[in-house]
Amino acid sequence: MLILIITTAVALLASSLADRRKTLEGLKKSYKMFLGILPMLLNVLILVSIALYLVPKETLAKWLGANSGPAGYAIAAVIGSIALIPGFVAFPLAAMLLKSGVGYAVAAVFITTLMMVGILTLPLEIKFFGRKAALMRNGLSLAGALLIGLLMRVFM
Amino acid sequence: MKKLVQKLGLGEYLLVVLFGLALLAARFTGWSFGLGAGKNFWAFFSEMITFLPLMFILIGLIDVWTPKEKIEKHIGPGSGFKGTVWIILLAMLQAGPLYGAFPVAYLLWKKGCSIKNIFIYLGAFSTLKIPMLTFEIGFLGLKFSLLRSLLTLPVFIGIGYLMESYLRGRNFKIINPGDSDHAQGA
Repeated sequence: MLILIITTAVALLASSLADRRKTLEGLKKSYKMFLGILPMLLNVLILVSIALYLVPKETLAKWLGANSGPAGYAIAAVIGSIALIPGFVAFPLAAMLLKSGVGYAVAAVFITTLMMVGILTLPLEIKFFGRKAALMRNGLSLAGALLIGLLMRVFM
Repeated sequence: MKKLVQKLGLGEYLLVVLFGLALLAARFTGWSFGLGAGKNFWAFFSEMITFLPLMFILIGLIDVWTPKEKIEKHIGPGSGFKGTVWIILLAMLQAGPLYGAFPVAYLLWKKGCSIKNIFIYLGAFSTLKIPMLTFEIGFLGLKFSLLRSLLTLPVFIGIGYLMESYLRGRNFKIINPGDSDHAQGA
């Protein structure tokens, strides 16, 4: 975060020293883009906040830990695809799962779908990439995550 | 109802307004649903509001300063293996949630990045960010993280190739929601 602040400040300073008009033009673009995605982003965050309240972390862990067979695999993929959990919650949760005896495959599927598949952010993704490309990227990523899980089981 | 909402100029902000009112009500009545969901919301919101404006400023500046030809040469169609390595390194150095990568993808596309490299960028961004990897190693161990990374790498490169082979010649474009009214409500 600090790196981002410093980088932005330095870039902004250098840019405005070099060419004021060009800098303003760039900032105008930034502002318009930000306003463009703000409402949808806020809606996504609100829905996620409500969902996370209704299904707290402990409940998630219980669902994921209940079954380590093929069903556990499927549950991990579904939860991972839907949930939007930041890394600082997801990794401790996955560590907790491993400790409680869930296999590496299930933990890997959970983490990978969490990272690559975003059902809740799909409306936002569609806005940028169009329906077809967004659905395709998420579908392929889900398939890929399942494959990664299987391979983790083989190698770990 | 819809007309009334439009008249009041709420539009896409309807849910935000309702949620805001619910939070306010929860504050006075101690409604646990509102307080709990509100706490979650502030956690997400503070992440977004500190990180996104800075990122957008950088994107805007890069947009006006970088010549398309230069970028296109390095990561555009025909940039080959080297271009893919560049784009993965770029993605690994970043931080933040996946929705933060979409505007960057728009910028890359506008500057002539190939379709393949755009989706490889998204893959690397979501799975191989260095700040996130350090976290993963801390909690899940080096072996798990390294193996997961090594297995993920060919998967998202493959996805990049598949996306390109399907989308090329099909009028694929990335839209900036900020300068297009036609994307509203999509």
